[in-house]
Amino acid sequence: MRHIISNGRVIDPSQNLDKITNVYLARGRVLAVADEAPEGFTADQEIDATGKWVLPGLVDLQARLGEPGNQYAGSIASETQAAVAGGITSICCPPDTSPVNDSQAVTELLQRRARQAATAFVMPIGAMTQELEGERLSNSFSLKQAGCIALSQANKSIQNSLTLKNALEYNSTLDIPIFLRCEDTQLKNGGVAHSGPVSSRLGLPEIPPAAETAALARDLILVEESGVKAHFSQISCARSVELIADAKKRGLPVTCDVAIHQLHLSEMDLLGFNSLFNVSPPLRGMSDKQALILGVKSGIIDAIVSDHTPLEKDTKLLPFGESAPGISGLETLLSLLLKLVQDNAIELMTAIRCVTQMPAQIIDCQRGSLTEGSSADLCIVDPEAIWTLETQNMMSEGKNTPFAGWEFVGQVEQTFFQGRPVYKKSQA
Amino acid sequence: MSAKLAGPNIQLNELGKLKHFLTLEGLKAHHLTEILDTAESFINPTTNEIKKVPILRGKSIMNLFFEPSTRTRTTFEIAEKRLSADVESLDIQTSATKKGESLLDTLWNLQAMQADMFVIRHSESGAAHFFSQHVAPHVHVMNAGDGQHAHPTQAMLDMFTIRKHKGDIYDLTVAIIGDVLHSRVVRSQIQALSILEVREIRVIGPKTLMPESPEAMGVHVYHNMEEGLKDVDVVIMVRLQNERMTSALIPSEKEFFKLYGLTEQRLALAKPDAIVMHPGPINRGVEIDSAVADGPQSVILEQVTYGIAVRMAVMAIIMSNAAQLAQHKLELEQQASLDLVDIDNAMEDTL
Repeated sequence: MRHIISNGRVIDPSQNLDKITNVYLARGRVLAVADEAPEGFTADQEIDATGKWVLPGLVDLQARLGEPGNQYAGSIASETQAAVAGGITSICCPPDTSPVNDSQAVTELLQRRARQAATAFVMPIGAMTQELEGERLSNSFSLKQAGCIALSQANKSIQNSLTLKNALEYNSTLDIPIFLRCEDTQLKNGGVAHSGPVSSRLGLPEIPPAAETAALARDLILVEESGVKAHFSQISCARSVELIADAKKRGLPVTCDVAIHQLHLSEMDLLGFNSLFNVSPPLRGMSDKQALILGVKSGIIDAIVSDHTPLEKDTKLLPFGESAPGISGLETLLSLLLKLVQDNAIELMTAIRCVTQMPAQIIDCQRGSLTEGSSADLCIVDPEAIWTLETQNMMSEGKNTPFAGWEFVGQVEQTFFQGRPVYKKSQA
Repeated sequence: MSAKLAGPNIQLNELGKLKHFLTLEGLKAHHLTEILDTAESFINPTTNEIKKVPILRGKSIMNLFFEPSTRTRTTFEIAEKRLSADVESLDIQTSATKKGESLLDTLWNLQAMQADMFVIRHSESGAAHFFSQHVAPHVHVMNAGDGQHAHPTQAMLDMFTIRKHKGDIYDLTVAIIGDVLHSRVVRSQIQALSILEVREIRVIGPKTLMPESPEAMGVHVYHNMEEGLKDVDVVIMVRLQNERMTSALIPSEKEFFKLYGLTEQRLALAKPDAIVMHPGPINRGVEIDSAVADGPQSVILEQVTYGIAVRMAVMAIIMSNAAQLAQHKLELEQQASLDLVDIDNAMEDTL
């Protein structure tokens, strides 16, 4: 199929491109982004994108897909559908599946299921240690061979410093990115909420920022010694932004991301004990939120992720501290991002860069871009569409979102994956 | 699941009156005064006895204790029986949930057994809020302690005790000593005292037993017992739990007593007529010296008696508010149908 997407405002940070032009697709690839059709090009279908935005398909560095192990909460079929409904065409899924993705078999299973669904590009992240237990190293070279694009511990940060040092050194020669989520479980001490005025008032067990920052400081030292390329996942504290900025200034090969909900919510949202606001790391203070937004603006924070975690309803129908942490976020990543742009918190190009060019660069994959020859993954956005998030309309099996009832401006209208239309907004 | 689940005011009904009793946060002084005045009416002024009244006859109250408790549970049971309610107490711990039954299934099952009110104690902060959002509209929830969040009836009985001895509360300086971080009692006491516009609330204790932002609760923090006790009217001691030592928050009971134990010498720094309170059970020689606990300024045992009256008061108020609301709705309906009749008549007239 050959498509021409005409007269859209094409925004592609990887080419610093922001202009009204046409996109030509052929054989699953981008043939050209130009005002005139390439010689001999005839389209099977023309899509008029006048008044619309054309973006590279988004790249999400962290989204859980339910499979294997938690199919009641979501499946690769349902969650990739949710992804493309949100304009996301490339997804990295963390290894905290059941069984843990610490073997070629699980990696291959994930890829096979994704190929069957054929709606988005699924990139498994392998476990850095066996069973994610933080003790024995997993067969990381085999995982890489099988198709893992990075290694991580998901939310189970390695506590033993020696094990972490060994893991970093061993993997530093395998040319595979390492994702690190920083959390000192002893400082976390069973806490469920950011230590601040709200936890003090509500008596929710506290998670001090030091649970993240002390671990991050340790990890940065070990990363520097090992020379590994490290990416820090879902930072949540103002102090973490400073630590990363310092490390970058010193020339360390480090990058980091933040979960989109951290840029909109804060500890103040916990006041009604609503367990939909239970996330890990926890929602922090207003000043942390501000520092994270500034971090995105200045480029210290490289990428923004959905941290999509579809959960069964029952796991949230519990008192706050007993509920499972996580937000079903694929379908709101782009809209929440655009909201920040509309609020003048960050610039449009920066926002799009954080979910396309930068995450693709971090995992060294040829996606998130509309350069000639790249995979024809893109989404068409109606920047004027006003819509309200209602859980019953969500594609994801996980309806656990604190953003239900929020009104958004800007909505994905159509998504292409490898040159094929995989999503079209229903005309309701 | 709606995005904005209710804040503290889910405990008030359409008329702004108590429907549940979950926390003191968000309540007004008149709510608290009503509870204190009602409790007063249950106590015989000369004998201090609490007589049995038929206010809740035919009503069924279930005490659900997901966390062990003898004292609070017993005073609740006594209060319920003095109000002539039918009482059922269940120690649920986590047994039912361990069998695979979800927390809500347990609740709904018990609700189906015709409960009018649940008195709930649970180890998670916010548990009472959670339950109140999932019970049937006619069922009421009383918080008998949720995690480290709130224990509002305990705080109200403390206010009752203070008022008994000191009259008006607004002119007082109150010091609370001990484990503020883990104490739901202290959080509720601070809220009650703030609502009643007490002059000053001080909290005294080591930094490891203070929450991150105690100032956010409107208190002054002291780490020195002598400074903190100076010229206070009310001294509230908080029980120190053993696990605070094992989790390395403080070195030993002995050391704690040296720094923060209430001795006669220290008590002498407070106003001469200061009273000493403790929600119990007390650890003699850990947070309080026996001489003080049994001394003339101690009102610790009175607190227990008042606890019954205060719990009776809250339950009676909630049930009478429910009756009042039902009456109010009935009148509205009748008014509406009368209006319809009027309209009909008016139309007939014009015809």
